Amino acid sequence: MTIFWQIFIAFFIPGILGYGGGPASIPLIENEVVGHFHWMSVTTFSNVLAIGNSLPGPIAPQMAGYIGYQQGGVLGALIAVFATVAPSLILLILLLRLLYSFKDSPKVKWLTLLIRPIIVVMLGMMAWNFFVASKQASGWVPLMLIGAASFILMQRFRIHPAFVIAGALLIGAAFMG
Amino acid sequence: MATKENEEIKPEKAPARYMDILIAFFRSSILSFGGGPSGIPLIEAEVVKRYHWMTIEEFGDMVAIANALPGPINTKLAGYIGWKLKGIGGLFAAIISSVFPMIITMIVLLGFLSAFQEQRWVRGMTQAVLPVVGVMMAQLTWSFVSSAKEGLGWTVTIILIAISFILMEVLHVQPPILIALVLLLVLLKPAKRNRMKAGEKK
Repeated sequence: MTIFWQIFIAFFIPGILGYGGGPASIPLIENEVVGHFHWMSVTTFSNVLAIGNSLPGPIAPQMAGYIGYQQGGVLGALIAVFATVAPSLILLILLLRLLYSFKDSPKVKWLTLLIRPIIVVMLGMMAWNFFVASKQASGWVPLMLIGAASFILMQRFRIHPAFVIAGALLIGAAFMG
Repeated sequence: MATKENEEIKPEKAPARYMDILIAFFRSSILSFGGGPSGIPLIEAEVVKRYHWMTIEEFGDMVAIANALPGPINTKLAGYIGWKLKGIGGLFAAIISSVFPMIITMIVLLGFLSAFQEQRWVRGMTQAVLPVVGVMMAQLTWSFVSSAKEGLGWTVTIILIAISFILMEVLHVQPPILIALVLLLVLLKPAKRNRMKAGEKK
């Protein structure tokens, strides 16, 4: 399998299975990129996710573009974005009329609803793996302190994740490593 | 460019230029943080309110139809609107302006991190980000739990989460295969009896 075909597969699968929009496809991307193709470690993926989440715009296609570029240069980036976006877009353009009659069908609701528990488990495992990697890299104390602080800032005080990530980067540069 | 007054009294659709497509999707993308559905109102502000490329009803229908398909919603909308306005060229213009500026920014920022990855302070940065991303994913997990609960109720949600956990983490069923099976099951089921129960999932 050439790298370009692998890039296509890695982003085509999240693109066609990610019912419920971008956030639902993040764990599917992780499953391919970290779990299946071993292109990056959990830690590197967490950096990509952190930067992707701090920047504006759609996260999944942007992460795809970045990872595609990492693996296959400019062509890799184009293939990754294409694989993420094209399947649904082509269906949308070709089948608009058919889909129009389908849009209020209860099936659409069930598609999104019934894969949610699966996405929950995948997202939960991702969170868990990030915590495990953090414990291995820097031990319990930084994990607990930064984890608790970022939870309080984002959940309680509704601070935007971009600022929390910027803060963590500064603290890490100054005190960790 | 029409004046403000003209735009307000003439709500019918305006012809589109490539430059407008580029600007509309660049702006709606660069102003949307957090990705996903939060970007939809910003796209609406551009294509309905500012440029009058479609009516609010058309836009609403399009969002509903786009939601019937998998994958990221914003680029689906951008690509479709671009295609409707200018064909394949418009499609590319809309997608390129919504994702490529930030892909280039990511390449620069993460390239910087990996170029100095041996440095102590860069290692510190990558380590410090891990718990934050963990918390972010935990929050996202919780929002998916509550939206599943709203549609399925607590009991079914917990049973389905437990089944998914056992299948994927204990029996190592590949997640894409599991999701594909669930999607197929929903699609192939006769429309009349759509009341799925927990047990039918397997």
